[in-house]
Amino acid sequence: MSETTEHTGRLIGEPGGGPGPGNGVGDILRSWLGIFVRQREATIFIVAIALFLYFGVSNASSFISQSNAINLFSSFAAPIIIIAVGEVLLLICGEIDLSAGFIYTFAPFLMFFMNEYYGCPAWLSIVIGVVFGLVAGFINGFITVTLGVPSFITTLGTGFILAGMALVFSHAEPHPLPPATLTIGKYLGTDGWSQFIWAVIIVAIFHVVLTRTRWGLYTISTGGNALGAREAGINIGRIKYGNFMITGLLSAFVGIQVAFYTNTIDPLAGGYTPMFYAVTAAVIGGTAMLGGSGTILGAFIGAIVLAALLDGFDVQGINANSVQIVFGAAILIAMVGNVQLARIRERGRMV
Amino acid sequence: MTQPDQQQPAAVAAGGDILRVEHVSKRFGPVTALTDINLHLGRGEVLGLLGDNGAGKSTLIKIICGFQLPDTGRLIVDGQEVVLKSVDQARALGIDAVYQDLALINQLSVYHNMFLKREKLNGPLLNNRAMRSTARQYLTEMGISIPSVDVPVASLSGGQRQAIAIARTVYSSNAKILLLDEPLAAMGVKEAAIILDLVQDLKKRGDVSIIMIAHNYGQALEIADRINLLQHGEITLDKRSKDTSVAELNDIVVAEYRRALEERQRSA
Repeated sequence: MSETTEHTGRLIGEPGGGPGPGNGVGDILRSWLGIFVRQREATIFIVAIALFLYFGVSNASSFISQSNAINLFSSFAAPIIIIAVGEVLLLICGEIDLSAGFIYTFAPFLMFFMNEYYGCPAWLSIVIGVVFGLVAGFINGFITVTLGVPSFITTLGTGFILAGMALVFSHAEPHPLPPATLTIGKYLGTDGWSQFIWAVIIVAIFHVVLTRTRWGLYTISTGGNALGAREAGINIGRIKYGNFMITGLLSAFVGIQVAFYTNTIDPLAGGYTPMFYAVTAAVIGGTAMLGGSGTILGAFIGAIVLAALLDGFDVQGINANSVQIVFGAAILIAMVGNVQLARIRERGRMV
Repeated sequence: MTQPDQQQPAAVAAGGDILRVEHVSKRFGPVTALTDINLHLGRGEVLGLLGDNGAGKSTLIKIICGFQLPDTGRLIVDGQEVVLKSVDQARALGIDAVYQDLALINQLSVYHNMFLKREKLNGPLLNNRAMRSTARQYLTEMGISIPSVDVPVASLSGGQRQAIAIARTVYSSNAKILLLDEPLAAMGVKEAAIILDLVQDLKKRGDVSIIMIAHNYGQALEIADRINLLQHGEITLDKRSKDTSVAELNDIVVAEYRRALEERQRSA
């Protein structure tokens, strides 16, 4: 019974009866094509490798170095990756969080206020900063699920509020990190590779959550067929609340990490850019905007592709403005590719 | 559940009925959907519920599965009068419906759909291996053949999807009373055969009683032990399948059409 799964991908490459003798190259090509069709992450993975080869060859001396690797993976990729994990979960269950980047902005300020003004110990201030993300996610969930406002609008509103709060409370001035927090901060973001290591751990955890737990199954069900999920007894409201809270938590965590990495708390950090990068990473990694499907690994590789582009152009000294053209093209190509591959997959199954 | 008369699935003896619907009525504003419904379902029996569009079949199904409360009348499940206030409550009593929209998740595999909300776990993780093999075993037992339990439900045909939905309901919720809302709608002959086969197998097992809404009299007579015809919110015919025929059912319905036509002409 189960053999057929392995065949589904190959059916596409087998027009007119099976692999005959003597077309070994064709077979290999077909099986590669099969992998592309089946594994949504494969395409973006190849793109990532190609980019690294390109920048590595064209700018060998500056691209291949410890400091540039840290820049690429920790400074550029890690924040996108971590926020993308949350956005993937939300996109799969049919929602989005535009406020993620503003939760990111506000969380380190809260940490600062707790430690400097209210005398909380460093660890508690950091915990409060991160937990704030949970609260913000809960509010996004409440307005979206309980009050019935589309999440696009909800998080547009809460995003503005958070951006304003960060500016008001900070008097639009950057704040220094509270000295007491630096010891813990070393493990969160100050040390070169720490951000990326956290990103990898978070990806590993949530990849398992999405693919191997009930939570993941119900998240897919909620976005795939909300009515059906409800008829099956799934509390889809709870799933959405939860995923908003996960996204909030991760965004707050990123904000605090970046504060430690950059050694300042900046009211202009965060904003829409990291959130849009995260959504871009999710999309080019194979997450559908319509809900029901997506992968965390894809978003992880997608974020690394974006980071390689950002960093690579940086290294080459190309104007940052033109990077956006490449990004836009990447999004469109990825989406067209996803839609077309999905069609091919469907056709492959119609047997 | 274990009553003495289980050996006679088609028994209509009052005491042996798994479900009795007595004098049930339902209005929606000015529209009377059900006037006075009296219906009974024997243990292991398959009851074919026929009727024109708008005759009240779906309303009746929704009342029996706890989705709606009737205005008057009562339901007796397994000898006990019950007031079904929710689908969950009905499910707990072993009453479950398979709707036309099926409540399947296209993106999930067959086995994940089979165990949705009743997953087998290994600590906090899904025990996919166990679910896969159990799903395979259930489907084999029920004679449902699909290419693989690993494929997403989206890739299956209408008949296969319907079969999966029925199998899920039978196995996962231990349904004693299964309500099938037009399981053969929009299905080709081959597809319909899958479902008719499945219902036949369930009938042989004898522990599930089924009410099946159908449009096609031939199919209904083929599979049901007894036929109830619902017209204008009332059961107007209650006969064993072998005592009636497609011709008789057709005559009744054609007569109704004539009457409706005459009424129109008279009022015109």
